Amino acid sequence: MFEGILIAGFGGQGVLSTGQLLAYAGMLENRHVAWIPSYGPEMRGGTANCGISISDKLISSPVVSEPTVLIAMNRPSLEKFEKTVEPGGIIFVNSSLIEIKATRKDVSVFYIPANNIAEELGNAKVANNIILGALLELTGVVTPDTVEESLRKVLPPHYHKLIPINRKALETGAELVKNGNSSSMAG
Amino acid sequence: MAKMLMKGNEAIGEGAIRAGCRYFFGYPITPQSELPHYLAKKMPEVGGLYLQAESETASINMVFGAAGAGARVMTSSSGPGISLMQEGISYLAGAELPCVIVNIIRGGPGLGNIAPAQSDYFQAVKGGGHGDYRLIVLAPASVQEIIDLMGDAFDLADKYRNPVMLMGDGVLGQMMEPVELAGEKEITIPKKPWASTGRMGRKDKRLISSLQIVPENCEKHNIKLFEKYAVAGQNEQRWEEYCLEDAELVLVAFGTAARICKAVVDTCRAEGRAVGLLRPVTLWPFPVKAFEKTIATAKRYLSVEMSMGQMVEDVRLAVNGRRPVSFYGRVGGMLPVARDIYNEVQKLLARGKA
Amino acid sequence: MEKVFTRPNSLKDMPMHYCPGCTHGIVHRLVAEVIDEMDMFDRAIAVASVGCSVFAYEYFYCDAYQASHGRAPAVATGIKRVLPDRLVFTYQGDGDLASIGTGEVVHAAARGEKFTAIYINNAIYGMTGGQMAPTSLMGQVTITTPYGRDRENNGFPVRMSEMLALLDGSAYVTRVSVHSPASVGKAKKAIRKAFEVQMAGLGFSIVEVLSSCPTNWGLPPLKALKWLEENMIPYYPLGELKIAAEVV
Repeated sequence: MFEGILIAGFGGQGVLSTGQLLAYAGMLENRHVAWIPSYGPEMRGGTANCGISISDKLISSPVVSEPTVLIAMNRPSLEKFEKTVEPGGIIFVNSSLIEIKATRKDVSVFYIPANNIAEELGNAKVANNIILGALLELTGVVTPDTVEESLRKVLPPHYHKLIPINRKALETGAELVKNGNSSSMAG
Repeated sequence: MAKMLMKGNEAIGEGAIRAGCRYFFGYPITPQSELPHYLAKKMPEVGGLYLQAESETASINMVFGAAGAGARVMTSSSGPGISLMQEGISYLAGAELPCVIVNIIRGGPGLGNIAPAQSDYFQAVKGGGHGDYRLIVLAPASVQEIIDLMGDAFDLADKYRNPVMLMGDGVLGQMMEPVELAGEKEITIPKKPWASTGRMGRKDKRLISSLQIVPENCEKHNIKLFEKYAVAGQNEQRWEEYCLEDAELVLVAFGTAARICKAVVDTCRAEGRAVGLLRPVTLWPFPVKAFEKTIATAKRYLSVEMSMGQMVEDVRLAVNGRRPVSFYGRVGGMLPVARDIYNEVQKLLARGKA
Repeated sequence: MEKVFTRPNSLKDMPMHYCPGCTHGIVHRLVAEVIDEMDMFDRAIAVASVGCSVFAYEYFYCDAYQASHGRAPAVATGIKRVLPDRLVFTYQGDGDLASIGTGEVVHAAARGEKFTAIYINNAIYGMTGGQMAPTSLMGQVTITTPYGRDRENNGFPVRMSEMLALLDGSAYVTRVSVHSPASVGKAKKAIRKAFEVQMAGLGFSIVEVLSSCPTNWGLPPLKALKWLEENMIPYYPLGELKIAAEVV
């Protein structure tokens, strides 16, 4: 198996740490993993993205130039990276912040109002993990249990109280796409 | 031994601390800044010093002073900063001072950009500064290898009393990969009976200098240096062989380019084609021994680089006209794409048949 | 008979390469005498620079370094950070300290590096053959200012000590001269004070020594000393420019 996942959004949306969480989980499941951020002036310009490779084989270039999965947390990210997704791949669109639709017909597109759902759950910061939950459900790249274990390892102890809400976010995201929930699917 | 996820630049810092390095002098530059960030935090925790210098010129001369005083010391930068250090590197080599210099290469020439590149190869292995000298140059291709090679870098520097350069690129510096950290081991830093530390009751005066004003002495000094380089050249060649046993087409690549080439080799092997990868781990000394091992089966070599073709000159010297040598490269911060290398390989294999 | 004058232990017994009438020899001797008197020979480390004093490491009998042009303050920083209890001093000319090495000395001072710079200002480049120095005076004729230093082309002489005195990291900044027996005595006191400031860990210290260069000035030694007194001192006034509060 190989997944090249690109997570992109505004700086401050936590896309880099979500990517690290996913890479960490991949490592705990004894996969080959690599994580790489975009770096440089663009970091300051308000957009951030990172690529995560998870594979059974050695990872060649860690740069995810043709992602199998794109998580677009804001509109510029969708506009910039939609065309790079591999045919047959998946695009997750954070429809809380992105009012436009994806135009690709050769990929699966899921519209998830992640910020709205996160607020309903009671913590705006878990928006990324709602989409992450959907990603895990559809790709099986790692299990939600491993992600929870990773949180326990990467979060300092005084943040461990946030683990249940994050777990809830993963489960909520998974529910949304379970059985090909048609309301989320692209046309 | 716990696995952890670590950034390449941070791994350099962790590797240095584990190697007993307690002095870092440097000036910020992208894409290596996480290394100074890491050491700024960690050095005080281990009783070491992180000092932000006013320039790379100052950094390398602070390294000169600290190395002369007998410390395990390092600096790091990227292309433009390494260019500024060249004078100091020449002095370090001339004065036979051990130290480690890290270059996380970015696109050039000039200010270029901050994206990954390998275009400082000539500067590193051919001597970017003035005069006849060599650096030992190590080129890791993964975060784990960075940690492992940092220890070797300091040992080699002490062993040969010579600067050692660890050369990576923006990708290796920025990426995170799992690493396994061996338990803290006792570090034995060799005695430095040449260090200039104040006489402290000592009878002999010690001088750290690269000045040899008398031509006869300067020539002798050069010859002595090159006797040392000859030993290093013979004993320190390192490389990785990947599917080379029967390889007819040998890809030659280091660092990030080598990672991409491995994927190409896998694709070719799956199609039953005799393609392999020779990955130099030491860029100087260049692993010419590896070429002697492959020359029997190899029909052609292809050097794949993130430059306009620099290492390919050493490949040609190693092959010495016995086989054709081709080159494929991307530059300016662009990475070679596996598919494009594969297409190049297809072309060369077809040419071989014709 | 009592011996009242001898070579300091910290100075090696050998002929110096300096020109007749050059004041480098005097300053070397003063530094060596102070090291002896402070009983610091075993802890002293000299950092020679590039210029006429490039061979200073030959004459100082203590451990030594030879730094690249202008970078002696960076080298001294590296040494002193590794060996904080040693007496570390650089010995730099005006080309080294006030031209190519301004960056290094300014930042060493700003950081309050605990070493001493002995700064020889003779308003000309000696080793390379009499070119204009950053400290050459207005109108001064040198081989590269054959019509005299002029403001349009060359700008103005640099008063390094005044600049360095402005920095909070400087603990002791002074300018002395060696044009007369009395001034030599004062220069020695200044060097001693600078070394004491260093060993007390109070910060950066520098002693600027106005010096003569008979060869490149084209003057006999005595006239050179007079030229120094009449021309350099008015532009580079002598005296202590900075004494940190902690210095007693």
